[in-house]
Amino acid sequence: MTTTAREAPPEAGRDLQADFDTKVAAKQRIEPRDWMPEGYRKTLVRQIAQHAHSEIIGMQPEGDWIASAPSLRRKAILLAKVQDEAGHGLYLYAAAETLGVDRAELTERLIEGRQKYSSIFNYPSLTYADVGVIGWLVDGAAICNQVPLCRTSFGPYARAMVRICKEESFHQRQGYELLMRMMEGTESQRRTVQEAVDRWWWPSLMMFGPPDADSPNTRQSLEWGIKIDTNDALRRKFVDMTVPQADKLGVTLPDPELVWNRDSGQYDFGEPDWEEFKQVVSGNGPRNGERVDRRRAAHEKGAWVREAAAAYANKHRKDQEVAV
Amino acid sequence: MSGENIFTGMVEEHESDQRWAFGTGFTDALAGVDTTLPEGVDGGALAQYCQMLGDDALVQAQRLSQWVTDAPELEEEVALANIALDLIGQARLLLARAGQADGTGRDEDAFAYRRAAAQFRNVRLAAAPRGDFARAIVTLLALSSWRLALMSRLSRSRDPVLAAIAAKAVNELAYHREYAVSWALRLGDGTEYSHERMVEAVARVWPDTGELFATHPVEARMAELGVGVDPGSLSTEVHDVLAQVLGAATLETPTALPEPVLAGRSGDHGPELAPLVHQMQEVARAHPEATW
Repeated sequence: MTTTAREAPPEAGRDLQADFDTKVAAKQRIEPRDWMPEGYRKTLVRQIAQHAHSEIIGMQPEGDWIASAPSLRRKAILLAKVQDEAGHGLYLYAAAETLGVDRAELTERLIEGRQKYSSIFNYPSLTYADVGVIGWLVDGAAICNQVPLCRTSFGPYARAMVRICKEESFHQRQGYELLMRMMEGTESQRRTVQEAVDRWWWPSLMMFGPPDADSPNTRQSLEWGIKIDTNDALRRKFVDMTVPQADKLGVTLPDPELVWNRDSGQYDFGEPDWEEFKQVVSGNGPRNGERVDRRRAAHEKGAWVREAAAAYANKHRKDQEVAV
Repeated sequence: MSGENIFTGMVEEHESDQRWAFGTGFTDALAGVDTTLPEGVDGGALAQYCQMLGDDALVQAQRLSQWVTDAPELEEEVALANIALDLIGQARLLLARAGQADGTGRDEDAFAYRRAAAQFRNVRLAAAPRGDFARAIVTLLALSSWRLALMSRLSRSRDPVLAAIAAKAVNELAYHREYAVSWALRLGDGTEYSHERMVEAVARVWPDTGELFATHPVEARMAELGVGVDPGSLSTEVHDVLAQVLGAATLETPTALPEPVLAGRSGDHGPELAPLVHQMQEVARAHPEATW
């Protein structure tokens, strides 16, 4: 990782900082060649990398069902969706690379457990209904988080998010459509849909992160224009959007405290189990080990392939030089 | 997508919107195509022929999609998934045509999910063990070169449906072959180790290539009628392509193709097919009354 090019001489520091602050305040984009505070750069690298890792690890719970998708149409949709997620990981790693880190380094950090990914993917997908619920709730929560990021202050990240959000909206819709179909099916299908909703509801709410009071970095990220909304605000928005969809689908969200509040014009809802959240974040979720192990195994098993590609490119670059 | 109202309209119907994810915006390859059987063609035989070509694609896709979350690089995850997706698309059209041709009106899923493995008619190579990345590339190289040659001819079929399916497939297969070639070169002419892997992969894949050029009576009949392609007629062209690619990849090409002997085409499958089909059908069979 190199930072020297971006470090300003001390006497220029004040002006550069002022320029940066002015741009962020005016909601202009910061671009890779612009000066930026080191903390801003680090925060972005961490956030974008975690986001990229989430896309890649997130391929696993649904990818497990590609082989046994129950119709060819479902198989095609799921395969395309999981493929899109790999594509999203690629856009995001590319956005992170504009900040001076390389993808190989970020992959190392992931497989060595030094960088995190969204904890939601540490939950298992037990039935085909989970594929639908992941699309509806997990992609739905992700969209809720990500749509504001289309306006985030760092240009490459914002542009990647625009593209990703478009595709995510299709993903969410396919999930919801699968659930609608299943709810029209047999009693046993309706039951599996409800069970999957019961499993994924609370983890989906946790996707917005800890309550604002326990989220020490939120304020700085808001000031830098990296974050646009607080965790609690996004969580509330997600609940308000999701309840009518659950009603239409005919499932019950597993929260006895969930009730319409006429005064506030929003839903009141219960607290997720933050102790469980902490446990999953710190590595004790149902599938933490397995997810990273699989990524690591694929990476290590593929090392000889990447080496061959590099050797081939190197050989043929030399050929070209000789030819010239 | 406009603003933050992504959820607005979620509970409305989206019947008109077929694009659920990248690559699923299926353009209807059969829009406006006359589906009447060509004169003098036995619908039962045509249906069998469609199953052969459909099963090749379906089974190969099933095998290839095992690389998703397990490929050496993210770009390869995307590419292999994309190839599998193209093949599933081809299989769906071909199996649907089979159901039209034999008059049963069975849909694509009836063929994919409600036949036993022994009833599949794919060539053995489509189901061959996954192996390492070198083996996957050599398998893909052989199958895509063969299927591209086949579909190029089939695009002139007297059956307008097969002709339309093949015309769409040709573009896809040209990409599949190009992808396989690009990796055959890198692995064959990469490191000493990757070269060894490729030598072994060629040795393992080669014996199964014989069947690609064996002519089943149904294929012979369809070729006579100008509806299908006699795979025996493809061997020189495909062998030349393989020899050229392997040569450029600094690999030796076995001097001749193995004897063309029917195997999977006649239902004589290797042990790999049954588990592959079993896994594919697992959920569908467990819920026979369900809607998906």
